[in-house]
Amino acid sequence: MSKERIGVYVCHCGSNIAGVVDVAEVARWASEALQDDGVVVARDYKFMCSSLGQELIEADIREQGLTRVVVAACSPHLHEHTFRKATERGGLNPYLCEMVSIREQVSWVHTDRHKATEKAKALVAGGVERVVHHEPLEPIRVPINEATLVVGGGIAGIQAALEIADSGYPVYLVEREPSIGGHMAQFDKTFPTLDCAACILTPKMVSVGDHPNITLLTWSEVEQVDGYVGNFEVTIRKKARYVNEELCTGCGICEEKCPKRVIDNVYEAGLGYRKAVYRPFPQAVPKYPVIDTKNCIYFERGKCKACQIFCPTKAIDFEQEDQIIQVKVGNIILATGYDLFDARRIPQLGYGRLANVFTSLEFERMCNAAGPTNGEIVLRDGVTKPQSVAIIHCVGSRDRNYNNYCSVICCMSSLKFAHLVKERTGAEVYNFYIDMRTAFKDYDEFYQKVLSEGTHFIRGRVAEVTDAARLPGEEGKLIVQCEDTFIGKQRRIPVDMVILSAGLEPRRDAKEVAKKFGISCSADSWFIEKHPKLDPVATMTEGIFIAGACQGPKDIPASVSQGAAAAARVLSHIQQKELSLEPVRASVIEEKCSGCRICNGLCPFNAIIFHEDRRVTEINPALCQGCGTCVAACPSGAITGTQFSNEQVLAQLEGLLKIPVNGSSARLPEPELA
Amino acid sequence: MSDNGKPRFGMYWASSCGGCEISVLNIHDKLLVVDEVFDVVFWPCAADFKYEDVRGYPDGYIDLCLFNGAIRNTENEEMARLLRRKSKVLVAFGSCAYEGCIPALSNLTSKADTLQAVYLNSPSTENPSGILPQPRTSVPEGELEIPEFYHTVKSLGQVVPVDYTIPGCPPEPHQIWAVLETVVAALKGQADLPPAGSIIGAGQTAVCEECPLTKNEKTVRRFYRPWEVKPEPGLCLLEQGLVCMGPATRGGCGALCPQVGMGCRGCYGPLDGVEDQGARMLTALASVVEAGRPGMDEHTLEKEIEAVMDTIADPAGTFYRFSMAHSILKRARVNGNGGKPGLQSGSGE
Repeated sequence: MSKERIGVYVCHCGSNIAGVVDVAEVARWASEALQDDGVVVARDYKFMCSSLGQELIEADIREQGLTRVVVAACSPHLHEHTFRKATERGGLNPYLCEMVSIREQVSWVHTDRHKATEKAKALVAGGVERVVHHEPLEPIRVPINEATLVVGGGIAGIQAALEIADSGYPVYLVEREPSIGGHMAQFDKTFPTLDCAACILTPKMVSVGDHPNITLLTWSEVEQVDGYVGNFEVTIRKKARYVNEELCTGCGICEEKCPKRVIDNVYEAGLGYRKAVYRPFPQAVPKYPVIDTKNCIYFERGKCKACQIFCPTKAIDFEQEDQIIQVKVGNIILATGYDLFDARRIPQLGYGRLANVFTSLEFERMCNAAGPTNGEIVLRDGVTKPQSVAIIHCVGSRDRNYNNYCSVICCMSSLKFAHLVKERTGAEVYNFYIDMRTAFKDYDEFYQKVLSEGTHFIRGRVAEVTDAARLPGEEGKLIVQCEDTFIGKQRRIPVDMVILSAGLEPRRDAKEVAKKFGISCSADSWFIEKHPKLDPVATMTEGIFIAGACQGPKDIPASVSQGAAAAARVLSHIQQKELSLEPVRASVIEEKCSGCRICNGLCPFNAIIFHEDRRVTEINPALCQGCGTCVAACPSGAITGTQFSNEQVLAQLEGLLKIPVNGSSARLPEPELA
Repeated sequence: MSDNGKPRFGMYWASSCGGCEISVLNIHDKLLVVDEVFDVVFWPCAADFKYEDVRGYPDGYIDLCLFNGAIRNTENEEMARLLRRKSKVLVAFGSCAYEGCIPALSNLTSKADTLQAVYLNSPSTENPSGILPQPRTSVPEGELEIPEFYHTVKSLGQVVPVDYTIPGCPPEPHQIWAVLETVVAALKGQADLPPAGSIIGAGQTAVCEECPLTKNEKTVRRFYRPWEVKPEPGLCLLEQGLVCMGPATRGGCGALCPQVGMGCRGCYGPLDGVEDQGARMLTALASVVEAGRPGMDEHTLEKEIEAVMDTIADPAGTFYRFSMAHSILKRARVNGNGGKPGLQSGSGE
């Protein structure tokens, strides 16, 4: 007979559970068969998570003197918090409640009513056996440092930084390029409103640069992250600019005088040039240039120094070295953005081989009034206006050879390109698409506008872009070979210019960055959010948030929303001054630790410390996320995980196996003598 | 107590190698103290006593009985039950009595296979007429009977309740002496007996605590058998790919094996709170195995991991060398009946 008084609550979840599982039978059975295990009351209810359902539990705790609660309902991911709160309101420690998933693990995955009901019973029995071993736990409280680190100075990072800084809290904004602005700074017009990207972005960039609460660290990268939510210690490498920021006025004379011209593969997407000392663009924030030591004549050959000689404020400093900066922050927002799919990986589309095949980013630069062609849409020769232009959607996206996912923005940007070509050149425009994806506000209206402008839409995948003319009228042209699925025919469309709407890919170093910050990546390398619907900007690591395209392809409005959302989450942490952390943690029983160091390298959150002097291991409870890796690994049973102790897990197994399955117990027989 | 006021001492040897008896003798001249303090009433290995003598004793006659050896046949079981009845304090002495030890490895096979291996297939056996031991044999003088051989080897504690356990294969003499001293002191009223059911004559932490070799963060890319490498002196053997059960094994032995370059065999058994020593060690090793490269596809990675784990020869015999009878593996299925209850060929064939 158990010394505990246990209440069992079986949820119908409308018909979600009750449609497959005989919930009334599970409750009836639990109240009879599990009496010896301490069950004093078992009920079923339509929606346990409703306030009436929760009140049932609270009332039973008070009136029946329950000491433990088992709720058989959905996954603990969804409602564990709800039922812990109900348990607490009833007067028990919230951690004396155990949830059993009979929806995700039973009703949603089974169809046989009888077997599903039997399985639900087994799971309930496991929960009952387990909950006996639960211990009352108190949340761990940690203070929250008011400062925030934002990594990435694209539009998502800028938005996040401004929201937090405007609320009066310090922000460190780290950007690895010389200027903030990100991809948005490279664009000309933005869909669907066609307002100029720079006109809406640069005021925000200036605000960041001027903000008294923002410490802007461009040309910098995060090297190391230690600590835990509320108390991170971040090591940042501020790369040498070779320009003294105290003295530099941003006049641009150094750039003017620098004799070395370099193809700008970053900002100009390879379509234009910059100097060896440069700011990516005139509105760069901060205004200070950097010297590119790989191309600088002085760094190559020890001669030149033109920039230094002409600098009116003596700001050029060839002796400058990288600086290592340590900052303490309470929260971190990662807004590291995306890389463009490299169109060279699809050789049949001709990029890099056929001169007049351009990538979307090259075309953005070409359209930009401040870009290499001053906004003129011309062929690679720099003068000829195209008479006909093909725009190919889904390059590297929705393609099992490259990326299975949809890159979200390409349909709309391809439509924008079609409009810009029409507007500026009057050329014939052909858009080759698989499906037209114009969800969200005013997007489809934009599509209709482009349709009405006379752009040709051809539904089908492009097989090839070639310059090998076969038919009359194809000489000197690029021929787009494709299937037109509407007419069910192969077509060859000769054009002067091809624009490839390249997809979005995770940053090449996304996995390393994720590891550095202790968060996870999907198989594709996008950062993983805590919950895809209900917690899209948090991660499984407390205090680390994600915003913008680093989480998955998204457009500017979505990135801005996420930047603001992440900021709101951070501000909520800061306002609380102190955070309660789940007390589900691992800990080392020091007297049992032999110092074998098996566990030392295993912690994904770097929470394990080895004390050389005492030869024992310790776990930092604030860093520990309770994943259980070390608990499983400890060969001497010296590490216990609260809520996942050996006793709890084994008791749960005992309970599960207690139930006869198909007439015979699943439990293995004890070895017989003889 | 005897009439002379001395506590009565017994020791018995069931299914085991005899090492435990030798280990008691290895307390050297202190053996004289044992003789001085105790009245030996049953110790077939050291003095001439018959089972009949024990049967004649009143219940609870023996104050302290050290029982070594596992329960492998009817004789072992009969003696376990008899000595339990006749002893005030029954101690499972050594690994066989504690958790089955080497004899219990035969739980990985069937009784028939064991008999075949021993009486027919072993290269040193000459048995042309294929005679196997029979529990009963008729001879002109009458019927002869030998103990019946069981399918499954059990520990002493799986047959009768035991009061204490002294682990080790064999228990270390200094630990035996420490236990005897405590018992003597307790019998004289000078000390308390340890809590009933406890493991005595051993430590509370793993062997690594006593092991002087330097331990670092570990990753193992492959395992070696002892003859394959010469271990680097002073460095943790596990880090060098030599399977050492030290992290999963109760200390108290003084870490004798790892100090001479031989990985701990695991003879002192699991630590408190550990359900299954072999499984514990396996998960620990699995945690530190390094295989493959980041980004490798799962199938290739699985193959790489398997290749590393394949460098462990005889995993069951390595990780469960001493603890098979107590393990959650329990035993190999016999007769291929899916392990269903009642169908196991438990008839003593």
